[in-house]
Amino acid sequence: MEYVSLTIGFIVIIAGLWAIMTNRNILRMIIGFSIFDTGLHIVIVSLAYVKGGTAPILDSAVGINEAIDKIVDPVPQALVLTAIVIGLGVTALMLAYAMKLHKEKKSLDIMSFRDLKW
Amino acid sequence: MRKLFIIIILAAFGLMLYPLIQSFSGNDHLSELATYYAQKENIEKVNSVNLVTAIVVTYRGLDTLGEVTILFLTAAIIAFFLKGPSTLRTLRPNSEIFITAARVLVPIMVMFGVYIFMNGHLSPGGGFQGGAVIASAVILMFLAFPDAPFQHKFFGFMESISGLVFVGLAALGALIGSGFLDNTILPLGTFGKLLSAGAIPVIYSFVGLKVGAELSNILNEFKSVQSDK
Repeated sequence: MEYVSLTIGFIVIIAGLWAIMTNRNILRMIIGFSIFDTGLHIVIVSLAYVKGGTAPILDSAVGINEAIDKIVDPVPQALVLTAIVIGLGVTALMLAYAMKLHKEKKSLDIMSFRDLKW
Repeated sequence: MRKLFIIIILAAFGLMLYPLIQSFSGNDHLSELATYYAQKENIEKVNSVNLVTAIVVTYRGLDTLGEVTILFLTAAIIAFFLKGPSTLRTLRPNSEIFITAARVLVPIMVMFGVYIFMNGHLSPGGGFQGGAVIASAVILMFLAFPDAPFQHKFFGFMESISGLVFVGLAALGALIGSGFLDNTILPLGTFGKLLSAGAIPVIYSFVGLKVGAELSNILNEFKSVQSDK
């Protein structure tokens, strides 16, 4: 069962790459980057899975004494929390650039930005 | 032709990822680092029910500080980029149902965000998630009342104060505790109660306020440069 989320994560990554490479609209490419991001997060969290483990939150189901045997690895989850926030910052920056580009050329098609192409 | 080329690239990438899936066999026990965090005496040292929060705010609190800094940098760059004269917009008036629903929902959403970041050490949640919920309440306000003035100064003030308190509490840990971001500067309390885990709920509440204010500011920048042309 531990393969399911890992495989789904890789499929989502490839779907994001597909969106980045096939779309010409800048906004759709940004959405592709977000999908790629989500896939990476799924992969990182699923790598932290311990067989038979549960969420690293201690309550009546997981006592403080048996935490070592019952929880999944909390470290990658903390790192994914960081990664999600950074991904949000990057997405917001990309959207700001897209708005700036649209102001210049009145178009969001990537093919209309040829100034630096040689 | 171009599509075929892309499919070949993606297939090659998928083929490259396949050995990773194949060689992954699942973990039978925690890694050495996680075992250290999950030991009884170390849990009691931090006294946080949610181990992810314990890692994010104390053990790896420096990362969180960097994360908050990156968010601040993003907000600053966007404010710098999207500066411009505000353009006049002609908007269709919102429907009565939407406005009434927004009036009812916005306070509840803000309260839910506050609940999430105050209970970050007890349940799934925390400062970043709570801040995002507060920012979604602000989006709803922008959509429902486009002409309402946005208190830009207030949000900037709240953001700076929250950031300063976060850094101040962290430095206080170095002064009177055992190190930077030490959470034992406040009493640890009873395990599993709202007022427990030392400084974690306080730090996470200020992180939540900071993230909420920062995201609201970013959204306001995006909103203020939109025009009809």
